[in-house]
Amino acid sequence: MAKKIVTALVGAAVLGLGATAAQADTLSDVKAKGFVQCGVNGSNLAGFGAQDSAGNWSGLDVDLCKAVAAAVFGDATKVKYTPLSAKDRFPALQSGEIDILARNTTWSISRDSQLGFDFRAVNYYDGQGFMVKKELGVKSALELSGASICVQSGTTTELNLADYFRANNMDFKPVVFEAQDEADAAYNAGRCDAYTTDASGLYSIRLKMANPDDHMVLPEIISKEPLGPAVRQNDSKWFDVVSWSHYAMVAAEEFGITQANVEEKKKSDNPDIKRFLGEEADSTIGADLGLPKDWAVQIIKAVGNYGESFERNVGEGSPLKIARGLNALWTKGGLQYAPPIR
Amino acid sequence: MALADARTGSGEPPKVSLLYNPALRSAVYQIVTLVVIVAAVWYAWHNVVQNLARANMTAGFGFLNSRAGFDVAQSLIAYSSDSTYFRALQVGLINTLVIAAAGVVTATIVGLLVGIGRLSHNWLIAKLCTVYVEIFRNIPPLLVIFFWYLGVLALLPSIRTIFQHVKENPDAAFFISNRGIYMPAPVFGENFGIVLAAFALGVVAAIAFTIWANARQRATGKRPPVLWVNLGLIVLFPLIVFVVVGAPLTLDYPVPGSFNMKGGMVIGPEFLALYLALSLYTASFIAEIVRAGIRGVSKGQSEASYALGLRPGQATRLVVLPQALRIIIPPLTSQYLNLIKNSSLAVAVGYADLVAVGGTILNQSGKSIEIIAIWMVIYVSISLITSLFMNWFNAKMALVER
Repeated sequence: MAKKIVTALVGAAVLGLGATAAQADTLSDVKAKGFVQCGVNGSNLAGFGAQDSAGNWSGLDVDLCKAVAAAVFGDATKVKYTPLSAKDRFPALQSGEIDILARNTTWSISRDSQLGFDFRAVNYYDGQGFMVKKELGVKSALELSGASICVQSGTTTELNLADYFRANNMDFKPVVFEAQDEADAAYNAGRCDAYTTDASGLYSIRLKMANPDDHMVLPEIISKEPLGPAVRQNDSKWFDVVSWSHYAMVAAEEFGITQANVEEKKKSDNPDIKRFLGEEADSTIGADLGLPKDWAVQIIKAVGNYGESFERNVGEGSPLKIARGLNALWTKGGLQYAPPIR
Repeated sequence: MALADARTGSGEPPKVSLLYNPALRSAVYQIVTLVVIVAAVWYAWHNVVQNLARANMTAGFGFLNSRAGFDVAQSLIAYSSDSTYFRALQVGLINTLVIAAAGVVTATIVGLLVGIGRLSHNWLIAKLCTVYVEIFRNIPPLLVIFFWYLGVLALLPSIRTIFQHVKENPDAAFFISNRGIYMPAPVFGENFGIVLAAFALGVVAAIAFTIWANARQRATGKRPPVLWVNLGLIVLFPLIVFVVVGAPLTLDYPVPGSFNMKGGMVIGPEFLALYLALSLYTASFIAEIVRAGIRGVSKGQSEASYALGLRPGQATRLVVLPQALRIIIPPLTSQYLNLIKNSSLAVAVGYADLVAVGGTILNQSGKSIEIIAIWMVIYVSISLITSLFMNWFNAKMALVER
């Protein structure tokens, strides 16, 4: 806790005193210091931001950080991670402590405008759900009136929860924790009847429970939670680099380019693919972004295309086994869509 | 003539360089310090404004009037998600004051008992108190809070067990579960104000009687039965009034609801964990302060009291403690301030104190500088008010020299 106040204070102090620290050209700064400082989930959220016993980070958000590093430096290891709680994440980005906030953060209008951030790319379309113990016999979120519900403070989840119960004329007792680990422990100990957060998070937290099969996620999805990377406002160069790093992964999937076949695809005759991979002689796409010509190749070599990253972190290749659903390509009925690379 | 010259010469200050003029020097130092401070404050403020503008953020406290949108678990005043941020901060402030007041009172009582206990001639009591002090003052308060929350309160019977228990014992009114302690809530009837008035009257009468009794004891050497008369005035008198006006008090019993107990009162495990941890943690420090205070009173004082025929209990209460208090109060104030500030650890177990609620607002509104300023101002105010009160109390208790 003390640490969090310190972080907040440092945030305020940097914002207050470090006139030179806040500036509008993060890309040059990142190139100068030689690494990307990435704010990720500090509660070991499997699938999005989690650290293994050897200290290696993995997850969908972590892959995005690696993609940016690969695009800028051609080296996905040039990332430093700052694990953040839901509450600390915004001051950390505002103060310049981190360059990218990739911490399953919902893009909302107030965060985009009022907090002084920019969102564009969405690396996971999520929605808020509820998890309960099966022994309660609850089959729908609408049966939860009067329940104690564990929730993390300072999240859109907390606001949606209040609105949902109000809209359905139900009451509930919030049990609010700052850290996800504490909320997990309290739910596990029976302090709450239900746990609410983004559905992806629920599946991840369910895996951490002593007996995952004793818990079930209710069918209702009560909100839209487009999760994506955020950067500071008024820094369009850096904003472009971060957004297009994600779109490059999606475009690669659209083109059928994978980690394994990227070298081979370079020789493709398809002008779209050639342009995308920097093989077109007079293409300036990379240079215009302030990146090397082969930036997309480096991203794909480092983390693969979006589909590969998805399956590895949250899909069939992971313990979470989440279906693509909304996160399928637009050509397959999902929402993942890369603007034209031309 | 020569003599006069010498005299005037010695009367004037010796002629020294301005550099070594003490008055000038001290003035220069003060002006420089002032300029540096003003410049630093101006620089910080200027940068805040500039950086906020650069980030397209606005500074100011207008956001406090917008809708909060989140619910707060523990609230002693009316609050819903439709209330404003300002209202939410009030809820947090009240929760902080409640935990601080409850903690200070309990810590003082426990600390006093343990401190005196360590000096007991009873070997077991003295050792037990020593063990208590050494355990609690050597563990960080956050761990003590987690110990109570996760190690003790979370292991209490689940709410399902309680439901089962109610089925078997329909008359039960008190329940201890891992969702808190449930108990009947008093519902005050119309005439309850009269009972309260009677109680207030009883207290005033009891104070008046005590003053009279003290005067009489000094005049005649005989002490009237103060305890019994006061008990009658404070307890019996309001009780009689209570019955006469028709017992305007009913109890609202907790009964099983769909997920939680409905009705009654509940003291949540978040409050209990924080309250027990802060009280017992701070009590260990207060015990040491009390012991030091008592040790600081010379042994001759208690020996003299025994010689006058006072029993050990009386000697401690009437002779030693009043003198010890003069040593105890100043460091005690620091412990109170520590307890109040440590209450901000509430956020770890989800008790909705000022820091927890403020943190949520900070995150929902993004107004970090404003919220941190509000936190600092409120904590400084609470601490200063506590200090002022303790200083007044200290002055009152100080040795009056005749």
